[in-house]
Amino acid sequence: MSETATPTSIRNAVIRLAGHSQDGIQSIGAFLAQLAGSTAQDVMTYMTIPSTISGGPSIFQVHLGSGEVLHPGDESDTLVAFYQDSYDNHLSSVKDGGICFYDSDKVEEVQEERGIIHIGVPFTSATIEAIGGNAKSRGKNIFVLGMLCAVYELDREKISDIIAAKFGKKSEDVLRNAMLAFDAGYLWPVHDINHMPMAPGENDLGQERLSTDGNTMIGLGLIAGGCRFGAGYPITPWSTIMEQLRSELPKYGGMFIQTEDELAAVALAIGASYAGHLAITGSSGPGLSLKSEAMGYASMAELPLVVVNIQRGGPSTGMPTSVEQSDLMQAIYGSHGDSPRVVLAPRDVEDCFYTAMEACRLAKEYSTLVVILSDQAIATRIEAFPEPDLNQHWVEPVLDLSERPEDFKPYPLEGLTRHSPPGAKSASGKYPVVTGLEHDEWGHPSGSPKMHDQMSTKRRKKLIELSQNYGDPDIYGEDSGDLLIVGWGSTYGPIKEAVDRLTAEGHKVSQLAIRHIHPLNPNLSEVFGRFKHILVPEINDPGVYGFGQLATMLRAATCNPAIQSLNKIQGLTFRVKEIVTKSEQVLAGN
Amino acid sequence: MSSTAEPKKLTKKELKADHPTWCPACGDFAVLASFFNVVQKLGFDHEKVVCVAGIGCSSRFPYFVNTHGIHFIHGRALPLATGISLSRPDLHVFVFGGDGDGYSIGGNHLTHAARKNINLTYVVMDNFVYGLTKNQTSPTSPLGRKSKTDPRGAIDRPINPMAQLVSSGATFVARSHASQVKHMNEMFERAILHNGFSVVETLSECTMFYPGSFDDSIPRKGGEFNLVGEEHDKQDLAAAMELTGDLTPGKFGVYYETERDTKNELESAWVKDAQAAHAGLSGQDILRKSFSRMR
Repeated sequence: MSETATPTSIRNAVIRLAGHSQDGIQSIGAFLAQLAGSTAQDVMTYMTIPSTISGGPSIFQVHLGSGEVLHPGDESDTLVAFYQDSYDNHLSSVKDGGICFYDSDKVEEVQEERGIIHIGVPFTSATIEAIGGNAKSRGKNIFVLGMLCAVYELDREKISDIIAAKFGKKSEDVLRNAMLAFDAGYLWPVHDINHMPMAPGENDLGQERLSTDGNTMIGLGLIAGGCRFGAGYPITPWSTIMEQLRSELPKYGGMFIQTEDELAAVALAIGASYAGHLAITGSSGPGLSLKSEAMGYASMAELPLVVVNIQRGGPSTGMPTSVEQSDLMQAIYGSHGDSPRVVLAPRDVEDCFYTAMEACRLAKEYSTLVVILSDQAIATRIEAFPEPDLNQHWVEPVLDLSERPEDFKPYPLEGLTRHSPPGAKSASGKYPVVTGLEHDEWGHPSGSPKMHDQMSTKRRKKLIELSQNYGDPDIYGEDSGDLLIVGWGSTYGPIKEAVDRLTAEGHKVSQLAIRHIHPLNPNLSEVFGRFKHILVPEINDPGVYGFGQLATMLRAATCNPAIQSLNKIQGLTFRVKEIVTKSEQVLAGN
Repeated sequence: MSSTAEPKKLTKKELKADHPTWCPACGDFAVLASFFNVVQKLGFDHEKVVCVAGIGCSSRFPYFVNTHGIHFIHGRALPLATGISLSRPDLHVFVFGGDGDGYSIGGNHLTHAARKNINLTYVVMDNFVYGLTKNQTSPTSPLGRKSKTDPRGAIDRPINPMAQLVSSGATFVARSHASQVKHMNEMFERAILHNGFSVVETLSECTMFYPGSFDDSIPRKGGEFNLVGEEHDKQDLAAAMELTGDLTPGKFGVYYETERDTKNELESAWVKDAQAAHAGLSGQDILRKSFSRMR
């Protein structure tokens, strides 16, 4: 960008809003995301929240795109700085020649550098003037929203509707003030630059599109999958799922209970599962550790149970509002003894819905524990995607209390476990006791060495059987080549973008996003064999042996020495260019 | 809990399962016998009775009863039973356990199940010792009692289970004794018929590791079995707390009994209202409404 911005339309815009957590910057970011979703544009957001109770620096970054948006943006085109510290800390995120809007009432020292265009606008006083009365500075976020709408020539009418839907519920005064602030921002003369109209979106508007975050879609996917009972304990960033299910499940005849602790939460869920429902509990890192003992019970008793874990920075309290992918081993092995379970990881917000549904299906079908391993980035960011078709994706739960036949065995050695929940009669007149002790086919406690061997095999074999139904691994790009970049969870978008850039440079690079973390797809070995190098970027520590947690599993499962790790442990997601740079090194043989 | 009008009542034969693995003369045998008596008398549908337990000698209880049962992990029987009770109001939920399971490793859950007034009946078989792990100090072991973990005698003040139960918000709290089957029958029956969280602290002697622990309340061994007086006002919390002041040997009977909405009723009322507000809509319709707010 030179002295004035180019008047032609742009296809991508990364806007970083930097302020403090009470300024409502998340709200305007969410408005922009919702607007993008409803105008066929694509969007991905990224935010940081301080783990303090109130206040503290906070950012919300929105990446708007006319086509597919795969990452929240390595650097921003436009920075909006509400305070001096926001300005000082985030100017470095602006690309050379980008734009910085700052509140000239609050930011006093600016450094004109790298061709960044500085535009001072008195957000605070202009908002007060527009609303009048004793408005103080409330509403300056909406003022900024109006200003950005003008600069990017976004759909003014649609955003007015979105504001009306949000504030209209509160009171007429609140809505009127919001619109006054919006109009003042929209009409503010930003003389130094030409406006940069966003090109129209390219997504198909024939199908309804939703804009929301990953936690919301996990909750709704669980409902669509037939979950009607759950229990949990508050912990960031899991809590929003429990808040949502607490309000939503009663509408479907279900219930979500807040318990006294994590141990009780998983116990309540297992109780409901034993009673014949498909039940769910969830948490984040430390809470998952607390649930581990009971998860071992679910594995031993072969009760269907879905456990959601929203990963955050660890260990211990760690970085509770930052992203990390360091619970993979805990999700797979977190209990005592051999306690096989399924672990699934959604790769983006849309996938959260389908992953939750798949978790419900597998839990029921195989009478097994299923862990959904999401992360803070997917949990909190907003994306736009096609609305799921509920004619195809809906499971109506059934409580099966039919009489169990004379020869009923809950744990047949050949075949899948099926329980008899309380309320179901037994033709034999004998009633089962579900136990955490090793047991025989009828569920009777058994200390027999042979039985422990046979039952351990049964629990292992059902997972192997389940993994044989995955189908072929889903490869993006050519199915052979020089480099396969293998990821899981929220790194899906940045890896895909990196593959696009590397392919454009002429490299033979493909992507594999692993959603089935455990058991792994049995065809991986063969797929890996078709690539010269395999790179596994993960947001976790390479450990003492030099490999991230997924990379370690992949090496153990395939014995493929071509597997390398790329780790990032800053509580931040990967930038596209970090993956591109490492890939180029790998391809050059370094 | 309401009993159903089933013409044929359950027999002891139908209710008996494996022969208990308890030591000879263990107090828990009498508790089991009393439970059979009461379930037979009340005439429940066989398949609707659920026995829940955690870990410990007394927590083996579900194996010895031929009903639906679940033997869970140490200390978490109450939250598990809460999940059953709330999600299946048609069932009769019974929880069995000992002093270690209920007052120590599961102590936090007792308070919360009680204050939430979960509809279930909890029988604590208190023997003042860890028996399954072979004689360690328990939360109710008296001061000075020698065990494998207190070879010089217990130095930690024991908890007062009755004071804890009364103050926890439980709506039915009674105390009984495994050597008094008739008294147990009466206490268990009243606990079961109570709507809400009912708990019976039952002294049950560990003849292997703590023989003679309750002789002071067994008349034929020179002790006194004193009932809670007729004049005691069961709805008076302060009076109930006063009764908990001396438990050596103390009084036996109902300490506290009151009526309060159960969580089962309160949660069900919410479900009923939420469903009424969405009457005529399928599950898919309701979810589509949620989607429409994200467009």
